[in-house]
Amino acid sequence: MATEGHAPTASEYVIHHLTHLNNTGHAQENIIDWSVINIDSMFYSIVIGALTVFLLWLAARKATSGVPGRFQGIVEILVDMVADQAKGIVHSAESRRFVAPLALTVFVWIFLMNAMDLLPVDLLPRIWEGMYAAGGGDPAHAYMRVVATADLSAALGMSTGVLLLCLYYNIKIKGVGGWVHELFTAPFGSHPLLYPINFAMQIIEFVAKTVSHGMRLFGNMYAGELIFILIALLGSTATVFGFLGHVIAGSIWAIFHILIITLQAFIFMMLTLVYVGQAHESH
Amino acid sequence: MNLNATLIAQLVVFFILAWFTMKFVWPPIVKALDERANKIADGLAAADKAKADLALAEKKVVEELRKARESAGDVRTSAEKQASQLIDEARAEASRIIAAAREAAEHEAGAATQRAKEALRDQVAHLAVAGAEKILRREIDAKVHAKLLANLKQELQ
Repeated sequence: MATEGHAPTASEYVIHHLTHLNNTGHAQENIIDWSVINIDSMFYSIVIGALTVFLLWLAARKATSGVPGRFQGIVEILVDMVADQAKGIVHSAESRRFVAPLALTVFVWIFLMNAMDLLPVDLLPRIWEGMYAAGGGDPAHAYMRVVATADLSAALGMSTGVLLLCLYYNIKIKGVGGWVHELFTAPFGSHPLLYPINFAMQIIEFVAKTVSHGMRLFGNMYAGELIFILIALLGSTATVFGFLGHVIAGSIWAIFHILIITLQAFIFMMLTLVYVGQAHESH
Repeated sequence: MNLNATLIAQLVVFFILAWFTMKFVWPPIVKALDERANKIADGLAAADKAKADLALAEKKVVEELRKARESAGDVRTSAEKQASQLIDEARAEASRIIAAAREAAEHEAGAATQRAKEALRDQVAHLAVAGAEKILRREIDAKVHAKLLANLKQELQ
C-alpha cells in the first residue's frame, strides 16, 4: 500500500482501485467471509436502486392514457419491451404480475449501476479520499469502488435472488412432490438407476445457471472497470503519448462500454425471465 | 473478488426494489398503456363507423333525390292530365251550351214565323171578305157565309 509522501506505483494504484470499502477498513483476507460487508457496493446499489424506482415511480405517478410526455414515453417503451419479453417467455399471467416488474427493475437498476463505469475512474474515489483525509484518515486506505455490479458478491446476490425465485416457482407450479419427482427423473428418465445421475444433473444445472448468471455480469463489468483503470494509468504517465493514448483509448472504450453496460443489463434481465420461465415448464 | 455478506444484502435489496416496482410502478403504467390502446382502437372503430355512416347517408341522399324527382314528374304529369281534362270538359260544355242556344233561337224564330203567317192569313181573310163586300155592294150574312169563309181560309193555307 502507498504510504503518504510518494505517489502510488502502478500496481498500488490498480490494487487501491480494486479494493472495496468494507466494514473492516482493510481488504478482505479470505475468499469467503460472511462477517464482511462491502459498504461501497451497498451504498451505490441502494442509492441507485432508490433512484431507479423513484424514476420509474415518477413516470408511473403521472402515467396517463392521453398523450404521453417524453419521459413517460421512454418508460413506456421499457415497460412495453419487458412486458413483451415476459409474455413470450413466462407462460403464466399470474407469475408475470411479479416477474415482469422484477425484470424491469433489474434491467434499469443494473443498467444504471453499470453506467457508473462511465464516470471518470478517479472522480468519486478521489472525492472520498479527500473526505477521508479531512476526517483524519489515511487516504491510502480510503477505498471506494463505484460499480456495484463489478462486485462479485453483489452480482451473485442478484443471481441468487433469481435462483430463489426459480425454486419458489418450481414448488408453486409443480408442487413439492412434482418438483422432487422432476429432480430425480429428468433429464434422463424415470429409472431407479438413473435417479442419482438425474439429481446430480439437476443440482449442477441450478448451480451453473446461478453462478454463470452472476459471474457473467460481474466479469464483464470487472473487466471493463479494470480497462478504465489501465487507461487512466496510461494518462498518469503525463507524457504526450500518455495523454493522447488516454483520450483516444478512453473515448473508444467508453463508447464501446455503452454497448456493454446496456447489453449486460439486458442479458441479465432476459436470463432472469428465461430461468423463471423454465421453472414453469415440466420436463 | 471475494464473497461476503454483501451477497445477502444485495439479494434483499433486489427483492425490495422488485416489490416496489410491482406495487407502485408497473400497474399504473400498464394500465395507462392498455387504456391508450383501447382508446386508439375505439377511435379507429369510430372513424370506420363514421365513414360507413357517411357512405350510407350519401346513398340515401341520392335515393331520396331520385324519389323526389320521380314524384315531381308524377305530379306534373297528373296535373297536365287534369288540366287537359278540364279544358276538354269546358270545351264540351261550351259547345253544348252553344248548340242549345242555337236550337232555342231556331225554335223561337220558327214560332214567330208561324205567328206572323197566322196573322197574315187572318188579315188576308178579312181583306178578302171586305173586298168581296165592296165588290158585291151588299151585306153578306156572316152566319150564312161563315162556312164559305172557313173554306176560303182553308184554301188560303
